[in-house]
Amino acid sequence: MKLPVSITVNGRVWTQDVEPRLLLVHFIREIAGLTGTKVGCDTSQCGACTVLLDGMAVKACTCLTVQADGASVTTIEGLASGSALHELQEAFWEKHGLQCGFCTPGMVLAAYDLLRANPSPGATEIRHALEGNLCRCTGYHNIVRAVQYAVSRGAPAARLAGAERGRGGPASDGDRGPRRACFARWGGGGGSGGAKPPGLAGGRS
Amino acid sequence: MSGTATASRVFGSGIRRREDPRLMTGIARFTDDITLPGMAHAAILRSPYGHARITRIDTSRATDAPGVVAVFTGADAESLLKPIPCLWLVPNSELKTTPYPAIARDVVRFVGDAVAVVVAETGYQAHDALDSIVVDYEPLPAVVDPEKAVKAGAPVLHDEASDNVAFHWTVAGGDVDAAFAAADVVVRDRIIQQRLIPTAIEPRSAVAHFVPVTGELTLWNTTQNPHIVRFAMSVVTGIPEDRLRVIAPEVGGGFGSKIPQIPGDFIAVFCSMKLGRPVKWTETRTENYQSTTHGRDHVQDVELAATKQGRITGLRCTVWAGMGAYLSTAAPGIPTILHGLMLSGPYDIPAVREDVYGVYTNTTPVEAYRGAGRPEATFMLERMMDRLADEIHVDPVEVRKRNLIPPFTNGHDVITGLKYDSGNYQGALDKALAHVNYDALRAEQKAAREKGRYIGIGVSTYVEICGLGPSQVAGAVGFQGGLWESAIVRFHPSGKVNVFIGASPHGQGEETTFAQIVADELGVLVNDVKVVHGDTDSTPMGWGTYGSRTTAVGGAALAVATRKIKEKARLLTSHLLEAAVEDIDYADGKFFVKGFPDRHKTIQDIALLANVAWNLPDGMEAGLEATSFYDPPNFVYPFGTHIAVVEVDAETGRVELKRYVAVDDCGPQINPVIVEGQVHGGVVQGIGQALWEGAVYDENGQLLTGSLIDYAIPRADLLPDIEVLSTVTPSPHHPLGVKGIGEAGTIASTGTVYNAVIDALEPFGVSSVQMPLTPERVWRAIQRKGA
Repeated sequence: MKLPVSITVNGRVWTQDVEPRLLLVHFIREIAGLTGTKVGCDTSQCGACTVLLDGMAVKACTCLTVQADGASVTTIEGLASGSALHELQEAFWEKHGLQCGFCTPGMVLAAYDLLRANPSPGATEIRHALEGNLCRCTGYHNIVRAVQYAVSRGAPAARLAGAERGRGGPASDGDRGPRRACFARWGGGGGSGGAKPPGLAGGRS
Repeated sequence: MSGTATASRVFGSGIRRREDPRLMTGIARFTDDITLPGMAHAAILRSPYGHARITRIDTSRATDAPGVVAVFTGADAESLLKPIPCLWLVPNSELKTTPYPAIARDVVRFVGDAVAVVVAETGYQAHDALDSIVVDYEPLPAVVDPEKAVKAGAPVLHDEASDNVAFHWTVAGGDVDAAFAAADVVVRDRIIQQRLIPTAIEPRSAVAHFVPVTGELTLWNTTQNPHIVRFAMSVVTGIPEDRLRVIAPEVGGGFGSKIPQIPGDFIAVFCSMKLGRPVKWTETRTENYQSTTHGRDHVQDVELAATKQGRITGLRCTVWAGMGAYLSTAAPGIPTILHGLMLSGPYDIPAVREDVYGVYTNTTPVEAYRGAGRPEATFMLERMMDRLADEIHVDPVEVRKRNLIPPFTNGHDVITGLKYDSGNYQGALDKALAHVNYDALRAEQKAAREKGRYIGIGVSTYVEICGLGPSQVAGAVGFQGGLWESAIVRFHPSGKVNVFIGASPHGQGEETTFAQIVADELGVLVNDVKVVHGDTDSTPMGWGTYGSRTTAVGGAALAVATRKIKEKARLLTSHLLEAAVEDIDYADGKFFVKGFPDRHKTIQDIALLANVAWNLPDGMEAGLEATSFYDPPNFVYPFGTHIAVVEVDAETGRVELKRYVAVDDCGPQINPVIVEGQVHGGVVQGIGQALWEGAVYDENGQLLTGSLIDYAIPRADLLPDIEVLSTVTPSPHHPLGVKGIGEAGTIASTGTVYNAVIDALEPFGVSSVQMPLTPERVWRAIQRKGA
């Protein structure tokens, strides 16, 4: 059995019949062909698959494609405009916030989500907000510096709006029941912490 | 002949990494991102038992499952694949290797051992079909603890090693028994270096494309050493090396776990050879934890002899090192050569002896994990230094000062037979102590204790061996390969440069630092140098990126190649300007006649003129290109001092890491920002071992920490900033004076944090807690002693 979905990814609409079990991360990588979104685990711990779903960061391995029907997804490929890097990408570059780069797409989008909710977080808030994204290379030190640098350069939410090009505006929590699971985030917005919601089924890849 | 030093030298400048834009924007291609036309997907069925006999495998239902192309078992693979070779055969150790089949045949020896493989049109279909394979197992008794595995009556893994001992290796120097007989003080400890899982965030993956009509194989692989993969793949599959191309595209961290050639790589290749189609295999995180390599796993009995003034006179230890069920690629060299030879560390110790037993257990094979043998040695030694300090009631820093090797700049022989290249251990220690204001810190600790707060201060001094290494030594210690590196530096007619290197960086930033070396040596803009690596078809032979050797050895190869280029450019300039060669000077990218700076050719002029070759001196070949094969005369020995400050909550046992200071000396730094990044990452991995990480098996060989839910790697919110400082002591034998820095942080930090926690627990009389120092363990230790 397949179900029809229509999902906007980085401004392009994908109308497709998909298996109900297809994880959003696999839709992004294998159908939309955008491999910047990574898979680093099968239990929703690592955060390498983080994307923006209607502007909010979600782990795309914790979300079924059918739950994203009608939504707008921004992946790391949608963050820069042409050769102009996004302010957060510039900040990660400037502060050596990445080494192997595998966690970086998810890390940048998680940082994006933090700044959307809290334009001027302190170091502790940054560390807290990124606790759901694992990096094995940097020890996080320079990732925190990078986010602080982005903040110091005035890259708060207003100037981050470019990432949401092509979407029709955020859905209210009430109008798309299933998708709310995708919005069940691992930390609170704005670094407020909060309990980890149980993930949906982790998938095999 | 070296470039003139100017304030604007690119060597030593913290320029931004050129790797980053592609990695940050998602266009970089890692192995699992590669899709080829007609590609099928493989999924591997793995043993759920730690030790069992396979009595029957029925693949018929899986073969008929939707999308399935083929199902293969060990019997199929055996017809084509030779056993996976171990490539570090340590001599004089009674080494007993055993055949390591890519897919198990009759007996499975660890949870995660491959049993069958399904190839299907999609990854989902391949994984679905795994559930349709029926395997009957007859469980066998298992053993997971290396010390128990050598005891009489323990379950035996391999007929070739009836006592489970894979090797017994000894290092000794001086009269250690006399030292203990005469000692004023002897301190002892039993240290468990728990098993760790490297956890590169990118799981392992292979895309194999075998073309039957040409007999050629292209393999995209998550590896730290594509040239070694080509060699090993050739040995196992019989495909000649010249028909075998290995590409390491972007590689998402390795930390040792991408050195070995693991069964999944061979299985993917086997499937492609059988089917004549490209086949992709990518492990899940759980597969990675169960079947890709682990690290550490030592049981260490250590004793140290000293005078009552705290001068060490002898060190003696026995180590049981768990090897897992098979000997992985480099495994035997890790607890021996990379561990035992570093036994005396930065201290002047006149007598040592270590016995290392490498032991087969029903666990995942052990390999290099960042530091590989050296963290285990440093931890042991630094632990003993603190115990000695306690015993003689002297400050731990003072005990270290009394034993450090004095500064040396050109070689120091140590008792294990190594010759350290250069060191100023006291210098690094002093810098760290001054930075934290050690005396004030101790006073703060005392004041806090009076208020019922338990602050701990841990100090470690270390030296490590890296930049592996002279090939002659590699041969002498049984490494089945060389340890040189090669580089090609090629000028294009336009004056732009390509560098081709055999080393295979995967996050360490050498595309940038290597360009800095070339730019600095040849006076070209750093952005005019492009570094190519990671493809055996386009790069010269190299032995890979591990053992903090890429800059130390590959960077040296590059420096030598640039100097050859300069020599040729000088000859051509002399010809073109009709001046004697001895009269040609070089500065900042220009070759000029001594005293006449206007009579010059730039390196770009020379690149054009050498490439068009209209007017070359007799006997000079066209082009401006040089190749070098650099085999280092010695290892390099970075060193330093790390200090950690922790606070333990006595009510809960929770350890808070409040401060971490690293002073490291890796010689001159090509790019200090990248050096700092390496220190940050290394330090945090070592902290992970001290506080959170540990692979746990039950007695049947079941891995209880089989996912990131159960295996706790460091998170952003649990860590402080890392304060990074350095001293600079050049290596006397390296063309650029540089040493490695990739592993230093990990080598120092585990013991530093551990010592800090034990220091905090001093009022409770606690002197030992099993790592990782989880709140429960710390709390229990307090309860036991503090009641």
